[in-house]
Amino acid sequence: MRITHKVPRRIFTNQSWKCIATFLCMAMCCTRAFAFEISGAISESVAPVTQIVTAQNASAPEHVATQNILAKNVLARNAPAQDTNAPLVEPVNAAATPAAISAAIPDATPVRPLFNREKTALFLWIVFIGAAVTVSVWLAKSGRPIKIRRIAALEAVDNAVGRATEMGRSILFVPGIQDMDNIQTVAGLTMLGRVAKTAAEYDATIQVPTCRSLVMEAARDTVRASYLSAGRADGFSADRITYITDDQFGYVANVVGSMVREKPATCFYMGCFYAESLIFSETGNAIGAIQIAGTAESSQLPFFVAACDYTLIGEEFFAASAYLSGEPAQLGTLRGQDIGKFAVGVLITLGVLAATILAVAPSSAVISALLYGLQKVLGG
Amino acid sequence: MKRIIPMWIAIIGGFAMMLSSFIPLAESWGEVFANVFNVVAAIAFVLGAGSLAKQHLEKLSRRDAGWGYSIITLGSFIVTLLIGMFKIGIHPNPNFPQAAYSGSNNTEGSAWSWIYEYMITPLTSTMFALLAFFVASAAFRAFRAKNTEAILLLVTAFIVLLGRTFAGVVLTGWFPEWASGLRLENLSIYVMQVFNTAGNRAIMIGIALGVAATGLRILFGIDRSWLGGGDA
Repeated sequence: MRITHKVPRRIFTNQSWKCIATFLCMAMCCTRAFAFEISGAISESVAPVTQIVTAQNASAPEHVATQNILAKNVLARNAPAQDTNAPLVEPVNAAATPAAISAAIPDATPVRPLFNREKTALFLWIVFIGAAVTVSVWLAKSGRPIKIRRIAALEAVDNAVGRATEMGRSILFVPGIQDMDNIQTVAGLTMLGRVAKTAAEYDATIQVPTCRSLVMEAARDTVRASYLSAGRADGFSADRITYITDDQFGYVANVVGSMVREKPATCFYMGCFYAESLIFSETGNAIGAIQIAGTAESSQLPFFVAACDYTLIGEEFFAASAYLSGEPAQLGTLRGQDIGKFAVGVLITLGVLAATILAVAPSSAVISALLYGLQKVLGG
Repeated sequence: MKRIIPMWIAIIGGFAMMLSSFIPLAESWGEVFANVFNVVAAIAFVLGAGSLAKQHLEKLSRRDAGWGYSIITLGSFIVTLLIGMFKIGIHPNPNFPQAAYSGSNNTEGSAWSWIYEYMITPLTSTMFALLAFFVASAAFRAFRAKNTEAILLLVTAFIVLLGRTFAGVVLTGWFPEWASGLRLENLSIYVMQVFNTAGNRAIMIGIALGVAATGLRILFGIDRSWLGGGDA
C-alpha cells in the first residue's frame, strides 16, 4: 500500500507575516499619533490658551492685550499647515518689554500637533489601499487564483528581445531622465531587471544610457543581479550602462546619435519623460526598431502611442514588474490596486449622482452633506 | 547581504518619508533622508564623470566610428570643469574682497556664464526645435484614416487644431448665435474640457493608485526586481 503524506499548505508564509507586521506597525504608529491629536484637541477646547493667560493676568490690563496677541501667535504657530518660520500674525506692541512678555506667557513653548489633520483623507486612503493590498497578497499566497488581463506590451517583451538576438543587434533601454527619487525611475529599473534577465538568457546585448549618475549605479546593480540570476554573470559588462549628462537635450543628442549609428533592434523607454519622448520614439521609428514605452507622464503618452509599437499607459507601467514576475504576492498587489480603483469609481459615481440631484433639488440638505463628504474624501 | 541592506534602507527611508508627511514631529526625518540622498547623488556624480571619461577615452583609443566627437566631448568637459572649479573671469564677492574664489559662477560676464549663455542654451534650443519636425511626422502617421477610430482621431484633432488658430474663427465665425456651440473655437474648448479632461483624469487616478501599489510593493519588500530579483 502506498502511503502519501499530504503536506499542509501554509497560508501564512514568511512574506505574508512580514507584510502584515509592517502594515500593522504603520497603522499603530499613525493611530497613536491620531489618538494623541484627538486628546490634544479636547484639552485645547477645555482650556484655551487665551483664557489661561487672561485669568493669570487679570490685574494688569495693559499686559492683557499683549498676552492675547502672543497667545494668538502661539496658536498660529501650532496650526498644522502654518510654516514654523512664518511671521507672527499680529505685531506685538512695541511698548511691551521682553521682561513683560516673558512674565505674561509662562509657558510659551510652541507645541506641534502629532498628526496633520489636513491630510486625514489622504491618510485614510493610504490605510485603505494598504489594507486592500495586504489582504490581496495574503489571499494570493493562500492559493486563490488571480486573473490578470493580458497586457499586449508586456507580452511583446520576450519577442522584442528575441528579435534583437536574431538580428544580432543590441537592445536600447532608456530609464527616463529623472533621478532615483522619482517613482517612475524606480518602476523603470524594475522593468530593466526583467528585460536584462531575458536579454541574458537570450545572450543579447543591452545598452542603458542614463541621465543621472545615481541611476547609472542603480542600473548597473540591477543588470548585474539579473545576469547573475540568469546564470550568465560572465556576460555582464558595466561599460554598457553609461552616464551621459544631466542636461536634458545633451542626453537626447547622445542617445539619438547612438541610435542612428548603432541601429538597435529593440528600444525600451521606461521612466519619466518630457519633451524628448517624441524625439526618441520618432528616431526609433525611423531606424525600424521595435519600440515599447511606458510612462506616467500623461502629457507624453500621446507621443508614445503615436510613434511606438506598444505603450504601457499609466497604471500598466507600474503593474509591469508584477505582471512579468508572475509571483502570486506581486499579482496580489495588482488586485489590491484594482480594489482601490473600484472604490474610487463608486465614490465618483455617487458624487456625480449627488451633484445631479442637487442641481435638480438644491434644497436637499442630505445630498449637500453627502456631496461635501465625498469632496472631502476625494480631496476636493 | 548585498540585497538585504539596500532593501531595508529603502523600507526605512520610505516609511520615514511617508510618516514625515502625516506627523509634523517627524517632518525632519524626511529632510534627513532627502539630505542623505543628495550626498549619495553627489558622490555618484563623481562616478558618472568617471564613466563618461572612460567611455570616450576607450572610444578614442579604439578609433571607433565618430571618435572625433569624443575629443570634442572630453575637451568641452575638461574646459568647463576647469572654468567652473577655478572660477575663471569671476571677481571676488564684494563682501569678501580678500577671498579670490568668493564670487559666484553665475555672475554676469563670467566665463562659465558665457559658456552657458552662448553655447549650451543655443545647442539646447536647436535640439528642442527638432521637435517641431518630429511632431509633424508623427501626426502624419497617426492621422491616417485607416479605420473608424483613426477617422475619429483625425476629425477631433482637426477640430482642436483649427479651433485654436485664427483659421477656426475665419471658417466658422459667421455661424449665427443660436449655433455658436458649433463654432470651431467653442467645439475645441468643449473637446478639451469634457472628453480630454475625463480621459486624463481616468489615467491620473490609475497612475496614483499604481504609484501607491508600487510604493507598497517596494516598502513591503515584495518587489525586489530593482535589486535584480530573487530572494534576499
